[in-house]
Amino acid sequence: MLLTRTSLVFLALGIAALLALFVGLRMALLFLIGVGFGLTLEGLRFGFAGPWRAMIQHRDGRGIVAQLLAIGLTAAVALPLLASAPGELMGAHAPIGVAMIAGAFVFGAGMVVVMGCGSGTLVNAGSGNALGLLALIFFIAGAFLGTLHLAWWTELASLPVVTLPGLLGGVGALAATLVALAAVGAVVLARAAPGSRLPQPRLFLAAALLTGLAILNLVVAGQPWGVTYGLGLWGAKAATAAGADLSQTAFWAAPGNAERLYSSILTDVTSLTNLGLIAGAFIAARWRRVMDPPPAKPAMRLAVGIAIAALAMGYASRLAFGCNVGAFFSGIATGSLHGWAWFVAAFAGALLGVRILAWLQAGPRARAGLQVSQ
Amino acid sequence: MPHRQTVGLALLAALVLLVAVDLAASYPLNPFQAPAPIALGSGAGPAGAHCAAPPR
Repeated sequence: MLLTRTSLVFLALGIAALLALFVGLRMALLFLIGVGFGLTLEGLRFGFAGPWRAMIQHRDGRGIVAQLLAIGLTAAVALPLLASAPGELMGAHAPIGVAMIAGAFVFGAGMVVVMGCGSGTLVNAGSGNALGLLALIFFIAGAFLGTLHLAWWTELASLPVVTLPGLLGGVGALAATLVALAAVGAVVLARAAPGSRLPQPRLFLAAALLTGLAILNLVVAGQPWGVTYGLGLWGAKAATAAGADLSQTAFWAAPGNAERLYSSILTDVTSLTNLGLIAGAFIAARWRRVMDPPPAKPAMRLAVGIAIAALAMGYASRLAFGCNVGAFFSGIATGSLHGWAWFVAAFAGALLGVRILAWLQAGPRARAGLQVSQ
Repeated sequence: MPHRQTVGLALLAALVLLVAVDLAASYPLNPFQAPAPIALGSGAGPAGAHCAAPPR
């Protein structure tokens, strides 16, 4: 059988072997790290958007506590690593600005409507969810459109890049990060309903695995885990293939981005982890046999809403200098103040997103379409 | 609605097509110019692109 779990794992290893031969060992390792992300997120049902919605709607804080734990564990390793090898490793550091905060707010609202964040959209699509695939297509389009206007947006009011290691030194940055994460965790625990506070064992395991994979990503790639750049690049590739000339755009004319645009996506760090993540989610979904139940047909109203929200999410993720992975997870874990600003703005957006989703879900046919994994 | 497995396979097929078309249109791959397998300890700065990085 072509799609048994064993054959799929060997197929992934075979792809990695081909990457090692024809692209380089680093790229093969990054693909496998991405597979690990996909297996963990889908296999252990660890998400970002779902737990935020669960906290807002049901005062279920277990998923958010697991997220904070994963970020804290990653920070405990990543911050010392970054301090020890500043010339070889870089953090996810970006400036706080008006557009960045607005982008995070829109992203937070969108990820609740789409029922998947940056990584969650990849996982949903990879696990065979048709709405997830629809969201991924529009997320890619939005992320590409965001690159076209990013220079204009970043010229709006913006602070310089501020990092906690720069403000407090290495030890102080780690201490401040862990204390802040613990404080947020305490608020979540205090607000959560009894019985919905401590994460289930699978979420503890997922947090530990994500930490290991995020550290591997940093050590192998020299940069933290990210998602959005790769999706914008895929959109730019598609636009170029359709005849668009991006050489006059500020973003794609910049030397680093132009090199990525004219090189294979198999040489791009985030593209490789994204590809691996999708493959890993597909394998995990087969593993859990969640692909077997027949899907319900979603209402057109919900599908259109998800498409629009995904387009806005993709666009906003560029303005916000990342999504829940590049800005929230990696930003905070590597000491960037913009990660915290992203968290606050995106959570505020999620409060709005819950209301939008409730409106879109109105009607029995729409409710039948909400069988997603995130 | 298509079956979940069909959707997943369709996405994987689309990604294979994307990679193939992209390979044909991009600079040729050269594993002999690949970066060191592990960035940490390589002595080289990170060369990849990240969503947190401004255009450069």
